[in-house]
Amino acid sequence: MAKKNESLGKTVGVVLALCLVCSIVVSGAAIGLKPLQEKNAALDMQKNVLDAAGILKADTNVTETYDQRIETMVVSLKDLTIKEDINPTSFSNRKAASDPETSMQLEKKNDPAGLGTRENLTQIYLVKDESGDTTGLVLHIRGQGLWGTMYGLLALEDDFDTVKGVNFYEHSETPGLGGEITNPAWVKTWQGKEVYGEDGNVQFEVVKGGAKGEHEVDALSGATLTSNGVEYLVQFWMGENGYGPLLKKLREGELNNG
Amino acid sequence: MANVKEMKSVLFGPIFANNPIALQILGICSALAVTSKMSNTLVMCIALTAVVACSNLFISIIRNHIPSSVRIIVQMTIIASLVIVVDQILKAYAYSISKELSVFVGLIITNCIVMGRAEAYAMKSTPFMSFLDGLGNGLGYSVVLLVVGFIRELFGSGSLFDVQILPLASQGGWFEPVGLLLMPPSAFFIIGGFIWVLRTFRTEQVEPKE
Repeated sequence: MAKKNESLGKTVGVVLALCLVCSIVVSGAAIGLKPLQEKNAALDMQKNVLDAAGILKADTNVTETYDQRIETMVVSLKDLTIKEDINPTSFSNRKAASDPETSMQLEKKNDPAGLGTRENLTQIYLVKDESGDTTGLVLHIRGQGLWGTMYGLLALEDDFDTVKGVNFYEHSETPGLGGEITNPAWVKTWQGKEVYGEDGNVQFEVVKGGAKGEHEVDALSGATLTSNGVEYLVQFWMGENGYGPLLKKLREGELNNG
Repeated sequence: MANVKEMKSVLFGPIFANNPIALQILGICSALAVTSKMSNTLVMCIALTAVVACSNLFISIIRNHIPSSVRIIVQMTIIASLVIVVDQILKAYAYSISKELSVFVGLIITNCIVMGRAEAYAMKSTPFMSFLDGLGNGLGYSVVLLVVGFIRELFGSGSLFDVQILPLASQGGWFEPVGLLLMPPSAFFIIGGFIWVLRTFRTEQVEPKE
């Protein structure tokens, strides 16, 4: 018995049969469960958006509230128009940022958040109140933290200046230190802060030792690099190379279709 | 067929008498990584137990046909396939937990317990006994992880299964969480303590002085 197993034919046969069975099982599971997984991922993102916008309560029906209160659209950061031909539900900012055709290379001096490339098309979320009027906006933000990229959503009031909330939904910062960027108590301190100063430039800062004034948020103790990363990424995304021009246009009026 | 007594020792032996983590010191890496929260720990334990039990079962079923020259590769293929299936199931049915466990579910493939049981037991034993052995070792792993997870979440974040037990000072309570317990190295200390306690009661596990 043992000897027969060692023959070349048997070895190749066993390996091939095993590979065949295993690949059928694996691909079966992957394809069979894909719809559920995609639904989960989409639901998770909807939850993140609602949370950033401050309308997620413990008993909120995520899908229903999202459909009522959030309008998504894909916007070009280059010519500041709405891209109506792109379906926002299948659009991914991350994919757009990694594709050279839909992103732009950032020079070192213009890239405080360490992104490398910035997408030219981005998904934005308009927040509506019950009667359908726009009350705010949720934007994708991201930047280097201490250990990796921090992905988040920043919600602004309809003056496109005052912060309504922030939600870092994916990061790899140190638990208990930098990981506290998800701490609700700290996130709350962002509410009502103003990103831009009188002169229209980004004034937002993350400061050590007691934030005062409407532009400052307290840094996290024991997490200087994470706090710096958060400051840089807000400054980048709100600035000239980020959403700055888009927000300016929004303040002046509606966006056009393009 | 194996008798009841042997079945019992195969199933329950690895929990205290021959614990894969405490005695064999296998599978430590994931024990450090996923135990900062009870819910993550529990899911990881279930995932690992399922993988060890099933991989033992399947490997044992085909053990008489595995050519010894490629046996490690055959075992790895079976284990890896099972891990991918488990990962896919978690992504579909426990999305938020699978997001937190992220890479560590995939790393079950390299967990020494799985490979060790396949090589040491499943290659020589009947499918049913191998399945029990896998189950037993999964349980042994789970006991240690759950103890570590319990201590780390209770004293590191003041909660259990995300339910706040000790009111945190940062939210107006009195409990100042121990930040160290949220870091992976703290699991080393707790596992060390677990082994110490275990060997105090089971002196036969103490290694002779060299």
